[in-house]
Amino acid sequence: MLEVVRRPTPNTIFHRRLAAMLQTNLGDSSKPVQELKGATVRLAGDSGDGMQLSGMQLTNTSALAGNDIATFPDFPAEIRAPRGTRAGVSGFQVHFSSEEIFTPGDGLDALVCMNPAALVTNLRDLKPNGLLIVNADSFEEKDLKLAKLARNPLEDGTTDGYRLIRVKMTQLTRDSVAETKISVKEADRCKNFFAMGLIFWLYGRDMTPTLRFIEKKFSGALDVATANRLALKAGWNFGETTEAFPTTYQVPAATLPPGHYRSVIGNQTLAYGLMAAAKLSGKKLFLGSYPITPASDVLHELSRYKNLDVLTFQAEDEIAAICSIIGAAFAGQMGVTASSGPGILLKGEGMSLGVMMELPMLIIDIQRGGPSTGLPTKTEQADLLMAIHGRHGECPMPVIAAASPADCFDVAIEAWRVATRLMSPVMILSDGYIANGSEPWKIPDVQAMHPIVIHHPTETPDQKFLPYERDHLLARPWAIPGTEGLMHRVGGLEKEDRTGNVNYEAANHQHMVNTRAQKVSNTNDLVDPPTIFGQRSGDVLVVSWGGTYGACRTAVTQLQASGNSVSHLHLRWVNPLPRELGSMLAGFRKIVIPELNTGQLRQLIQGQLAITAHGINKVEGKPFSISELIAKIQAVVAECDAEVASSL
Amino acid sequence: MNTALPVLKASDFASDQDIRWCPGCGDYSILAQMKKILPEVGIEPHKIVFVSGIGCSSRFPYYMNTYGMHTIHGRAPAVATGLKIANPDLTVFVITGDGDALSIGGNHLLHLIRRNVDLNIILFNNRIYGLTKGQYSPTSLQGHVTKSTPTGSLDHPLNPLSVVLGADATFVARSIDFNTKHLGETLYQATQHRGTSFVEVLQNCNVFNDGAWEHLTDKDVKDDNLLVLRHGKPMVYGKNNDKGVRLQTLTPQSVVLGGEVTEQHLLVHDQSAPEPHIANLLARFSNPELPVPIGVFRQVSRACYEEQVHQQVHHAKAKSKGDLNSIFNSGDTWTVG
Repeated sequence: MLEVVRRPTPNTIFHRRLAAMLQTNLGDSSKPVQELKGATVRLAGDSGDGMQLSGMQLTNTSALAGNDIATFPDFPAEIRAPRGTRAGVSGFQVHFSSEEIFTPGDGLDALVCMNPAALVTNLRDLKPNGLLIVNADSFEEKDLKLAKLARNPLEDGTTDGYRLIRVKMTQLTRDSVAETKISVKEADRCKNFFAMGLIFWLYGRDMTPTLRFIEKKFSGALDVATANRLALKAGWNFGETTEAFPTTYQVPAATLPPGHYRSVIGNQTLAYGLMAAAKLSGKKLFLGSYPITPASDVLHELSRYKNLDVLTFQAEDEIAAICSIIGAAFAGQMGVTASSGPGILLKGEGMSLGVMMELPMLIIDIQRGGPSTGLPTKTEQADLLMAIHGRHGECPMPVIAAASPADCFDVAIEAWRVATRLMSPVMILSDGYIANGSEPWKIPDVQAMHPIVIHHPTETPDQKFLPYERDHLLARPWAIPGTEGLMHRVGGLEKEDRTGNVNYEAANHQHMVNTRAQKVSNTNDLVDPPTIFGQRSGDVLVVSWGGTYGACRTAVTQLQASGNSVSHLHLRWVNPLPRELGSMLAGFRKIVIPELNTGQLRQLIQGQLAITAHGINKVEGKPFSISELIAKIQAVVAECDAEVASSL
Repeated sequence: MNTALPVLKASDFASDQDIRWCPGCGDYSILAQMKKILPEVGIEPHKIVFVSGIGCSSRFPYYMNTYGMHTIHGRAPAVATGLKIANPDLTVFVITGDGDALSIGGNHLLHLIRRNVDLNIILFNNRIYGLTKGQYSPTSLQGHVTKSTPTGSLDHPLNPLSVVLGADATFVARSIDFNTKHLGETLYQATQHRGTSFVEVLQNCNVFNDGAWEHLTDKDVKDDNLLVLRHGKPMVYGKNNDKGVRLQTLTPQSVVLGGEVTEQHLLVHDQSAPEPHIANLLARFSNPELPVPIGVFRQVSRACYEEQVHQQVHHAKAKSKGDLNSIFNSGDTWTVG
């Protein structure tokens, strides 16, 4: 099946057959194998070079090998920026490990560069002595000019201190696909599969899933399928044959909790979570959405499941998108809208109406770099204050933040549970990093999950129906059109308590504002409080929310291992803040709040608890590295030590 | 009308809320006609939803004993679209005004109409912003002196019917608040149309723009200024039915009947013409050169949006049942432990 061994022996032929039967690769290179705990690999090239596709294949293959994985796709906003330029560089980073990991990795162990622009924009992330594999065919004069380089970085000392391996990928790929009838242009498009083959060889990865993928993806173009297959194998064989690589690596399977797994990206898991929530509550899922990066994939994914009663509506704009779900919510369905910062801003009036009408619905903000169009494909956490406060009037809404791609599933269900129980819009925060990043997902059994019980009044009570009468959590009844005797009107004007009639009286408005606020704060009666990771008191408590969970947890774990008194508190619900937050924070000398913004949670916590916290803040369009967090948290620990010393 | 249902009366559709429109407002007439025709339509109040935006007209839902949503300025079409997709069994009305539908909500109006969602839009056109106390609206005539245009407005007015015909509306009609019989009949016809029906009601704001439609309501002149469209009938008008409209090449022309010009030479109204060429011309008619048409300009059949949405769902289900667990477990999976 897989022609990976140059001179087959009877033994390897047996192995090969066995592997074919078991659908696993033998991975038995004739070269020495070095075992690693994990590795971080980045593939970088032109937007049109297929780096995202290659990265996903490496991700999937590593996940199937049983590794824990985390990924970081990084691509420009332009679909095809001018070829060969720095602006057009697209990268995909994969971290795979035999241990539990939470981030796509700090420094790179290996970097594959398809052209000079990719090299100069990515080299700084490669670890000293890291493996640098370049397509040597693309460092000609014209390539250097496109990358605005006066000299060849392969010749001028730029790559000193790295293990540079020049591979004539263009030529080797062309040679490998020569037997097919495809054009040179098409042959050159197979380069990424050659590069993948080489990386697969280097890390002892099984080619089978990618071969399957090629077969499926290019089923309409057999020559292209054959060429990609040949290029993939040629890449593998090149690794095996060339003397440039003395060893190959192996990353054993990780010890994940028992279960059935698959690799998922955040937006996909979010869509799955929404479908599960609809199913658990017996509702039709209605997604009203308008295309926007990086949220569109939620719309794409859900539009595929009409057979599961998922209704998707691509509205004429962001405003219509949220308004359509208000209509769907009044009709008694599960209304959801997904967008990013610029779209969420436009939905402000709709969210305010949702709060006033007290209808359950979900608003999803996949945050990206702002303000304005900002950095559409890059990640940021700068919408927190908008999510909590970005509406007119006193307009509170519960806000939950996903911590990782897999967590998006649980977040969607929990958000809908709270929205329906409290009769309130709920906002879900994700970000570009979670939306496009991958990790293993332990596949749940939907049948075994707790149903979301929703009660719609159906009987006509003797007395007049009161649409704004409340239960002990202050939720009002969800009476839906079509129900006899319960006709009522909802609207944006202030409501009279209980009757829901229009009312402008002073005392009533005060009462209704207080009631809506108390209702949102009752979220805390419905959700588990967060727990402190580590000691409940000590020098430093790191407080995080959203997509920085992984980096913070890893940094704190490593700091704890080296004897520092550091604990971690990750907030899932950012509005309302947990009731216990004050007492949790009180056990620590210093509070450190890392965020990919200029200090929004810090501002909230400082304001609510009247304390001082240290911020670790960055807005570079990319996640925290663990090393930068460790260094900055350690500096705060040192301050604690100094204070203790001076007080002695 | 289904005779098995209890017979409904206009009063069954009246809510218990005090009506807060100014005395003498044309809105009262529209509300009265709506309550009058709904028993004829025969749909029970709990299966009807009135959706409105913001403005004087948009208070309408509060006064109807049906389900109602008083939403956001301009957004009623989008809310109603979601409502109708989510539950196609409901009968849905969008109540809006010239500012609400044509200014802040212009975009939503176009998209609702091109999708042909099965609901009824009633646009109250009084050529003024009433609720914000008298600024010019998108249908105000150029030069209109208002609070925000003390030296006259500069904006060229929008023609609501041309706009909706441009969006390929499948039902387009116009009526007048004071012409209660015609209004009731027009509203009724709108409810009988499958797809988006659009009715422009020329409505008088007696506080901020009194007399805007006087030339069409004053009993002395109205008959000479109005053309009542009747399907299949020649376009005859005038106090003594002595005038008509004919087409000279591509230009419509008002003619006096008698002598060589007879009804045979006149345009015959065909509201179901597949292409809206004549409807587009009619929408442009204005006094004094031509009479202002009222009645149904266009009524054609086209698949409804929400119906097609649910057809796609139906086809998808017929093709594959599918369940969440199998979707979640699709693709490459592996087992640990």
